[in-house]
Amino acid sequence: MPELQYREALRDAMSEEMRRDENVFLLGEEVAEYDGAYKVSQGMLDEFGADRIIDTPISENGFAGLAIGASMLGLRPIVEFMTWNFTFVCFDQIVSNAAKMRYMSGGQLNVPVVFRGGNGGAGQLGATHSNSVEALYSNVPGLKIVAPSNPDDAKGLLKAAIRDDDPVLFLESELMFGMKGEVSADDDYIIPIGEARTGREGDDVTIVAHSKMYHIAMEAAEELAKQGVEAHVIDPRTLRPFPITPVVESVKKTNRLVIVDESQPYGGIASEVGFRIQQRCFDHLDAPVERVTAPDVPAPYAKNLIEAWMPSVDDTIAAVKRTLYMD
Amino acid sequence: MAIPVEMPKMSDTMEEGVLVAWLAEEGDAVSAGDVIAQVETDKATMDLEVYDDGVLLKKVIGEGDAVPIGGLIAVLGSEGESADSVLASYSGDGAPASGDSGSDSSSTPEAAPSESADAAPEGYGHRPDESAPQTTAASGADDGGRVKASPLARRMAQEAGIELSGVSGSGPEGRVVKRDVEAAMSGSGAAQAAPQPVAVPQPVAPATAPEAPSAPKPQVASGGVTDARISQMRKTIARRLAQSKFTAPHFYLTVDVDMTEAMDFRQRLNGMTAERGLAKISFNDLVTKACASALRRHPAVNSSWMEEEGVIRQHGDVNVAIAVAMPDGLITPVVRNADQKGLADIAAETRDLATRAKDRKLDPSEWEGSTFTTSNLGMFGIREFTAIINPPNACILAIGGIQDVPVVKDGAVVPGKQMTITLSCDHRVVDGASGAEFLGDVKAFLETPSMMLL
Repeated sequence: MPELQYREALRDAMSEEMRRDENVFLLGEEVAEYDGAYKVSQGMLDEFGADRIIDTPISENGFAGLAIGASMLGLRPIVEFMTWNFTFVCFDQIVSNAAKMRYMSGGQLNVPVVFRGGNGGAGQLGATHSNSVEALYSNVPGLKIVAPSNPDDAKGLLKAAIRDDDPVLFLESELMFGMKGEVSADDDYIIPIGEARTGREGDDVTIVAHSKMYHIAMEAAEELAKQGVEAHVIDPRTLRPFPITPVVESVKKTNRLVIVDESQPYGGIASEVGFRIQQRCFDHLDAPVERVTAPDVPAPYAKNLIEAWMPSVDDTIAAVKRTLYMD
Repeated sequence: MAIPVEMPKMSDTMEEGVLVAWLAEEGDAVSAGDVIAQVETDKATMDLEVYDDGVLLKKVIGEGDAVPIGGLIAVLGSEGESADSVLASYSGDGAPASGDSGSDSSSTPEAAPSESADAAPEGYGHRPDESAPQTTAASGADDGGRVKASPLARRMAQEAGIELSGVSGSGPEGRVVKRDVEAAMSGSGAAQAAPQPVAVPQPVAPATAPEAPSAPKPQVASGGVTDARISQMRKTIARRLAQSKFTAPHFYLTVDVDMTEAMDFRQRLNGMTAERGLAKISFNDLVTKACASALRRHPAVNSSWMEEEGVIRQHGDVNVAIAVAMPDGLITPVVRNADQKGLADIAAETRDLATRAKDRKLDPSEWEGSTFTTSNLGMFGIREFTAIINPPNACILAIGGIQDVPVVKDGAVVPGKQMTITLSCDHRVVDGASGAEFLGDVKAFLETPSMMLL
């Protein structure tokens, strides 16, 4: 398998799907002439032309709405947001239209649109550009949410998202675009939405982490292994629908759960997973479920503070040790 | 509505009770106040009364089974009702598995997040919640008898038939966790496993689960030794006296008491008591009265070392406990306000207490609250001995028998009647001089008994 950057895996997924299906097109700020703000759509304008690779003005509410309308009439738009922070401008389009159209039309209309872009903190971007939106959008029935942690998953899941007949929110990260990994070259490589992946096996504690935090969890697990603690790390890959079953099966073995989630704690992904696990594994829990999240304050700008604000390997190790009563 | 019948706390030293005998059968109609079973505590065998009317739906434990305070003994309800709802809410350790009313939260420093503080960060995030209980070493059982345990530990203990309250918890605030139950199952923990019928169709008893103690009759084991189950009373004696001997620094003061005058005094008194139909006065009653009179004059001796409160507590009442031997142990019933009672009252009361103690008929209130204890082995021909202080007393007086000894009086050797008494003192409370002054007064009262009338 070829080794590709995360951004290249995304481009291959889009390009393959655009070759396969003429209804697929890409729009967003800087996606065409500039090859993408983060160079994700490199070469796509040359291959597919300006009718299918469309630069938009800075007008999220406009082009998100345009894409939703187009998808209702049979096209399959991919909307690139420069970052998910800017989607608050088109929150209404996503939450009121994309998410609810199938329901409110009694199934007559569907919205096969993909919204993608960088999510979460990425260094010193300040409070307004460091949001993790997974919990905000997970709260809305009708949206599917995917957050792959590596290039191969990014390709397989983006292709699945493009082919999906419902709106899919595809959460990437500026910090992962350059990440390299082996990626399937198969033109029909699909990773089904809603299937988790096991990062490593272990019987002592279950750690659930998606996207960037998966790497934090794996690093923590390696460090813990040196201390004799074998963590079972699960990358859910999809946040809605959430693949809870493998987590349940793992917790029944390990009796402990730590969720690492960069989004804010209050009503976050970690809260949802923790709730479901206590519901389904109550008699199997030997310790309270722990979560490692950003603190309940806006992201700071200062370098030292944002580094402290971000969930870290040390935070994860500490949480694991609490569940094992090792502190 | 099925009603649980729980093991009551029958004395302040009791931790668990053993169901000795069932006096009612499943299906029997019972009313409030009826005695349905007999329970052996650390001190006595007592009647277990029910507080409700109904039908005895289920005997949850068998004869010979031990249950901690608050543990489930039986279920009452109405005719034909199922006991399952109650059984399900007890998780093998007698602690209700649900319905934590929050009344037990004194030891759980959980700051309730105040709504008005919503704008402030709530201690969320990747540092431990500040509102979460902090780890402290404590027993898993709180004052309410509820055992803190993880859900997994509860289930494991229930399936293994292990009594959670007997498992020492290593988690925060003594929470019993998986590793503690595993230790108990392998017998390496501090667990005293008691068999617990569990509310599951097929109770699983792993091979590692400790054997159920049978009825407390001696069993001849292989190798020709005889094993008798350690009774609740012996457990308590072992625990309390070891604690006393190993934590209270004892020192001993011994004096010989000339009992000549006391013997005459007693003889004259007993001439009068017989006429009046009063109880006969023993030498021990004289000692009780002498100690009580001396204690009134020496409040430092009538005191307790209160480690946790950080105080030495002087007691306003003089309550003298008297050690009474029983077939399988001893008990110390209390003569309250002995300094204010006459010898006839002390004699009558002591006789009654001793008789009922031997029959295990004492109420816990009758052996609690002593401020001083005496122990007399004179009737066994013991000349002198040292006794272990009965916590939380500061002192105990060991009384030997009256001996015929030659004594020197006015330069001549004459026959004398002598009794040797030894005071054990807790040096944390009583110093040599204060103990000696007290003992000197006891001696003076016994050598001139009429002084006690002053």
